[in-house]
Amino acid sequence: MGDGHSKEDIKKHIKLYIGIFIALLIGTVLTVAAAYVDLGHKANIALALFIASVKAFLVAGFFMHLTTEKKTIYTILVCTVIFFIGLMALTIMAHYDVPGAGH
Amino acid sequence: MDVPYTTKPRSDTGLYNAKLGIWLFLASEVMLFGALFSSYILLRVNALEGTWPHGLLNIPIGTFNTAVLISSSITVVMAWASLKLGKFNHFKIYQGLTILCALAFMVIKSVEYKDKFTHYEVWFNDHEKKSIRGHIEVPGEEGNPWFMTHKKLAERKIETIKIHPDPKVTVASGKEAHGGAEAHDGHGDHPPVQEIKVADIKRLSAFVPAHSTYFAIYFTLTALHALHVMGGALVMAYLWGPGSKMWKTDPERFTNRIEVSGLFWHFVDLVWIFLFPVLYLL
Repeated sequence: MGDGHSKEDIKKHIKLYIGIFIALLIGTVLTVAAAYVDLGHKANIALALFIASVKAFLVAGFFMHLTTEKKTIYTILVCTVIFFIGLMALTIMAHYDVPGAGH
Repeated sequence: MDVPYTTKPRSDTGLYNAKLGIWLFLASEVMLFGALFSSYILLRVNALEGTWPHGLLNIPIGTFNTAVLISSSITVVMAWASLKLGKFNHFKIYQGLTILCALAFMVIKSVEYKDKFTHYEVWFNDHEKKSIRGHIEVPGEEGNPWFMTHKKLAERKIETIKIHPDPKVTVASGKEAHGGAEAHDGHGDHPPVQEIKVADIKRLSAFVPAHSTYFAIYFTLTALHALHVMGGALVMAYLWGPGSKMWKTDPERFTNRIEVSGLFWHFVDLVWIFLFPVLYLL
């Protein structure tokens, strides 16, 4: 939250934190509930990962203050994201490289 | 000599040094867990059809543990906010709660591990016969043995064992599976106890890493995560106890320490947010 660290700001943040905490608990219940609904294998995986990503965004964005951080941290994380995507892309390419797989 | 930039931001990075440090570390952690996640994906998409197990983990326990970790995430941020408000007593309470949550998570995880180490699958020499999952009774062992294998049975020249097969249960995604931890709840019909000749057994394994690729990656991922929980708990316990003396001498620096350890803790929570659905539900 960068410079928003006055006592008044912190008090506002605390309300936000509690809201996010409740959202995360609801997200957990939704994840479990969604797994019991048969949407087809791929849709189940996509939905679970989508909910997990939303929860991850809430934790990283607000608990870890990433929505209002300094540029240096964003630079580091952009690099991390690029490398992470590269890693997953290599994994997927490796899969399609196996004869007879990936169809 | 004083450590530079413990509270003042450096003009070039705009951050106090520890914050830059923890984010660089977390970036490397993303790659560490990312590599293991990509292994999981590769193992799973290349598994022969029908061989990837479902419903072998206890979903209610896993869900509860997720809630425990999420609760610790709010208490850790509240601990930091309390210091920002100058309320050291509140900090002590929130930081203490965080450590208790970490301990609760580890205790629950240990119970889950123990369940796996004493739960078995038996495959038969007769290929027509389906494997059986359940708890076993071995002569000379009291109760449920840990880490039993067919090799150990042969070495001890044991001729027959008894197995209590798991009841059939319906697991997540509507798939029907034999047994699994959910079977402990006592739902479903309990099949009768069977006596098995060791000579008929092709393989007997507890649900340990050697059981299957699924359990190999499950234990690798969750054990690495558990190590992070323990490491985080140790640091937070230090900052709760002896480390908190710094509040009197250098409150701003101490608050930053709590922020940095909190950032690590949130990351550990983040990893679990992905591990839980991937390992327990899908």
